[in-house]
Amino acid sequence: MPKDTGIGASSKRREDVRFLTGKGRYTDDINVAGQAHVVFLRSDMAHGRINSIDTADAAAMPGVIRVFTGADFEGVGTIPCGWQVTDRHGEPMQEPPHPILAQGKVRHVGDPYAAVVAETAAQARDAAEAIVADIEELTPVIDMKAALADGAPKVHDDLKNNLCYDWGFVEENKAAVDEAFQNAAHVTTLELVNNRLVANPMEPRVAVGDYAAHDDSSTLYTTSQNPHVIRLLMGAFVLGIPEHKLRVVAPDVGGGFGTKIFHYAEEAFCTFAAKAIQRPVKWTSTRGEAFMSDAHGRDHVSKIELALDADHNFTALRTETYANMGAYLSTFAPSIPTWLHGTLMAGNYKTPLVYVNVKAVFTNTVPVDAYRGAGRPEATFQLERVVDKAARELGVDPVELRRKNFITEFPYQTPVAVEYDTGDYNATMDKLLELIDRDGFEARRKESEARGKLRGLGLNCYIEACGIAPSQLVGQLGARAGLYESATVRVNATGGLVVMTGSHSHGQGHETSFAQVVSDMIGIPEDQVEIVHGDTANTPMGMGTYGSRSLAVGGSAIVKATDKIIAKAKKIAAHLMEASPDDVELKDGAFTVAGTDKSVAWGDVTLAAYVPHNYPLEDIEPGLEETAFYDPNNFTYPSGAYACEVEVDPETGKVDVISFAAADDFGNVVNPMIVEGQVHGGVAQGIGQALLENCAYDENGQLLSASYMDYAMPRAHDVPMIKVDHSCQTPCTHNPLGVKGCGEAGAIGSPPSVVNAVIDALQSAGHDVTHIDMPLTPPRVWAAMNGANATGGGGTAHGRSVGAGDTATH
Amino acid sequence: MYNFELVKPSSVADAVSALQGEDAQALGGGQTLLPTMKARLAQMETLVSLSHIDEIKGVCTDDQGRLCVGGGTTHAAAAEALSGYPALASLAARIGDPAVRARGTIGGSLANDDPSACWPAGALGSGATIVAVGSGGSREIAADDFFQGMFTTALDEGEIITEVKFPVPEKAAYEKFLQPASRFPLVAAFVAKFSDGVRVAITGASQDGVFRWTEAEQALSSNFSADAVTGLAAPDGSGMISDLHGSGDYRAHLVRVMTARAVTAAS
Ligand SMILES: Cc1cc2nc3c(=O)[nH]c(=O)nc-3n(C[C@H](O)[C@H](O)[C@H](O)COP(=O)(O)OP(=O)(O)OC[C@H]3O[C@@H](n4cnc5c(N)ncnc54)[C@H](O)[C@@H]3O)c2cc1C
Repeated sequence: MPKDTGIGASSKRREDVRFLTGKGRYTDDINVAGQAHVVFLRSDMAHGRINSIDTADAAAMPGVIRVFTGADFEGVGTIPCGWQVTDRHGEPMQEPPHPILAQGKVRHVGDPYAAVVAETAAQARDAAEAIVADIEELTPVIDMKAALADGAPKVHDDLKNNLCYDWGFVEENKAAVDEAFQNAAHVTTLELVNNRLVANPMEPRVAVGDYAAHDDSSTLYTTSQNPHVIRLLMGAFVLGIPEHKLRVVAPDVGGGFGTKIFHYAEEAFCTFAAKAIQRPVKWTSTRGEAFMSDAHGRDHVSKIELALDADHNFTALRTETYANMGAYLSTFAPSIPTWLHGTLMAGNYKTPLVYVNVKAVFTNTVPVDAYRGAGRPEATFQLERVVDKAARELGVDPVELRRKNFITEFPYQTPVAVEYDTGDYNATMDKLLELIDRDGFEARRKESEARGKLRGLGLNCYIEACGIAPSQLVGQLGARAGLYESATVRVNATGGLVVMTGSHSHGQGHETSFAQVVSDMIGIPEDQVEIVHGDTANTPMGMGTYGSRSLAVGGSAIVKATDKIIAKAKKIAAHLMEASPDDVELKDGAFTVAGTDKSVAWGDVTLAAYVPHNYPLEDIEPGLEETAFYDPNNFTYPSGAYACEVEVDPETGKVDVISFAAADDFGNVVNPMIVEGQVHGGVAQGIGQALLENCAYDENGQLLSASYMDYAMPRAHDVPMIKVDHSCQTPCTHNPLGVKGCGEAGAIGSPPSVVNAVIDALQSAGHDVTHIDMPLTPPRVWAAMNGANATGGGGTAHGRSVGAGDTATH
Repeated sequence: MYNFELVKPSSVADAVSALQGEDAQALGGGQTLLPTMKARLAQMETLVSLSHIDEIKGVCTDDQGRLCVGGGTTHAAAAEALSGYPALASLAARIGDPAVRARGTIGGSLANDDPSACWPAGALGSGATIVAVGSGGSREIAADDFFQGMFTTALDEGEIITEVKFPVPEKAAYEKFLQPASRFPLVAAFVAKFSDGVRVAITGASQDGVFRWTEAEQALSSNFSADAVTGLAAPDGSGMISDLHGSGDYRAHLVRVMTARAVTAAS
């Protein structure tokens, strides 16, 4: 029976009322009295040496308060990186400084090198045009392999070269892996690109800095997924403001998808400038700026090899990846292609030997960091494409090949460090096959053929590690932060609760699902529970929302804090009922004593806590407020099986996704409707990556897809009705809710099935095409079928996922 | 956006005289011009809005049976009023999205002559006549003479399009292959069969903007069937636009595919 309230109920998202009626309070809605506006002057060249910047004319323009350049930030900290990766040889990665405004050089199109603060944004823009900058154009490096060649121009003159790190994982396994390849009965090899993406949240970034002279404190309002992280990074590493003098507020945030995790220069600028001019300073990104200043996602160029024995058991896996860091290291950039990618290369399979090599490369492009899935889509895409290719080469059923190699016993220690606690990959595969009517596919293919279309069926599995993350483990791996989460539960005298969480909601529906958890635990209506987040002034130190961690880690902290509340409330109830606390039960909002008819209501107990007339003051304090921190002892491992059917128009190469099915194992589910919505959104983004989205640079480092005229986002009609099932549930064994996280699965699991389906369609018509790089745009598919050039501007680009060029493999 | 004066004349005569001023520019629906201004890529002293001139709005039929669309008619209004020419109505109905169609005008589209715009294909494919009014009075320009390459037309400085006269063919269709980001045509073909021959206009493909594919017109004039098109070689790809969204060869290929599809749709 579906429940209608509490854990397991599809409660309607309470936040949607304000979002859908225009009542949300976003950062751009915040206007502080007396605020000035800043406009950034951004580089229009990919690489250049700043000889001089003349701001005199600009400073004299109407309304201008002050013009800033990099020189104003000498002695100020630089934007820090939150993760240090150690390379194959035990050396730390190369870590260049990232000044708030460019100093000495500009390093990508969009790199800010001056900023005008004026009374209005229009005046600031006018004045920005009056700045005269002498910037000498330098040869940019765009292609990652070319960037690593001897003598390549350096993005950062003070570094040895453009190699951030050369990471081997697990380095000790390398020789054994190589040997397994020598002994393999069959080796399948695939070279592929994971295309660079622009996250494109609906709300562009905004920052408002405010300085209060009366107490020497600063406030930053910002579009962030993690206000406390920004407070720590910006306060401690950039501006030298202690946390008790700095408040960061991230109010309603209109989508993040990872790109609002990071600490950005504009945030530090507004906070700094507000103090410098003693006026609040506001910046609102234009969409055009967002394309060239929000951290991009993905951008890997990989070679993957799979070794099999004569019985088709996977014996070893070897990958070599070039991962684009862009021009500077964004907050978590180094961790994405390593610890969120290499550790997932075992996938759902018991491959005993895995070796992953990742070369992270600086180029004159926008920094690249986490984007929905972050490293795990890149791992899944390689693995599930190569398994599909192997099945084709061996002439075996791709489902059977997967099943043969599935991990079936848990816990399972992978050869890439992580230990999967639970899972049932056959169950999700069975469920998937039930959803997609595989037996009926041939008839559907014939029907498509009759209409002149090629139909293909593609499927894949995925596993991801989320619920990020055990602090001690990530500390060993180079994280410069802990990854626990926090909650304070405050019960009011009249029985209502305020839950202050360190997680942040920017579309995920936490205000609804977190309330369901607490209301279920106590047995009171959901509307008695208010969820507060997004302001460092009224929430405990939290690490924010990303990596599908909020329910698994943040929700667990809420459970722990609520447990403490219940334990204390039971003592109060026991006192009121003159019973032993051990005999008191809480159910449906009432405390009872087992075996008696004694009962007190929740509200009586909460009132007693704050009006302690009849109260065990000698044993317990008045009040009912508890804080808990929860640090997970493992990642969580959602998994599943996805399938997709496409039709390819052989005349134009256009791909239509006809159907999509997702069978996920998310462990326990708190709100099935929200979970389905998360999967829908993730799948839409995955289809976008597979077919449409392409962040392309030309060889001069100009961003070709710098607006919606050229960057194709998926629209409603690009996405079919999606069958979503999450009835396969192997609860997480190590968090109190048994939940695994569902925010990224759709984006992780969907691209390979789309590409597998297109390859299936082309092969069915006799085209010997084994791979096409994403996005599978019409010209690319057409070119693959006809051995022609798909697009203009740059040919096949093997060190570059970002070029306009493209590859198909025959 | 830079500052400008906005004037809102209510007659063609007033608009023409306002446009004689220093650095004046006409504003149709603003669906091309406003984004350009917002990006600070266009600057003018005076913006002369044509939205308040009733005499250039709407569709009527002239004594030669031509459908005459006022230059200030929006795409949406044209789509509704062109029931006598379904292929053209369908072209108008598929431009952009509802917001764009509610504001954008046929006159603005033809004057702008974007190499990927829809109306130029409809006008050239129909053999339409464009009526332009300037300080020297009114003149009629044949579509064959009007389009002179990407973003270049026969309009003189300060001239506005007041009307476009479309002869109505026996059969016609417009087939549009979408550029996936902008949803403008990547390549689109407008095919119209008149009693005295067939016209084929292609947009989106050529570096010279909209053009007539004469080989196809000849083949179709003697045999109006998709086979007549598929039997032809695709036009030369070297003069075609080559970009992120498709090579010249791909566009040339699509010219043939879209033309054949238009013929099928028209038949
Ligand atoms: C999201 C989006 C999608 C679009 N999709 C398509 C599409 O699929 N197909 C397509 O064809 N177009 C598309 N467009 C463009 C749209 O059709 C515009 O309406 C059209 O290009 C310009 O018409 P306008 O009336 O808006 O002109 P404006 O933007 O006002 O003006 C454009 C130019 O024409 C001049 N001008 C305007 N009216 C006249 C006139 N009567 N006489 C002389 N000069 C004039 C102006 O001075 C200016 O130089 C799209 C636009 C947008 C924003």
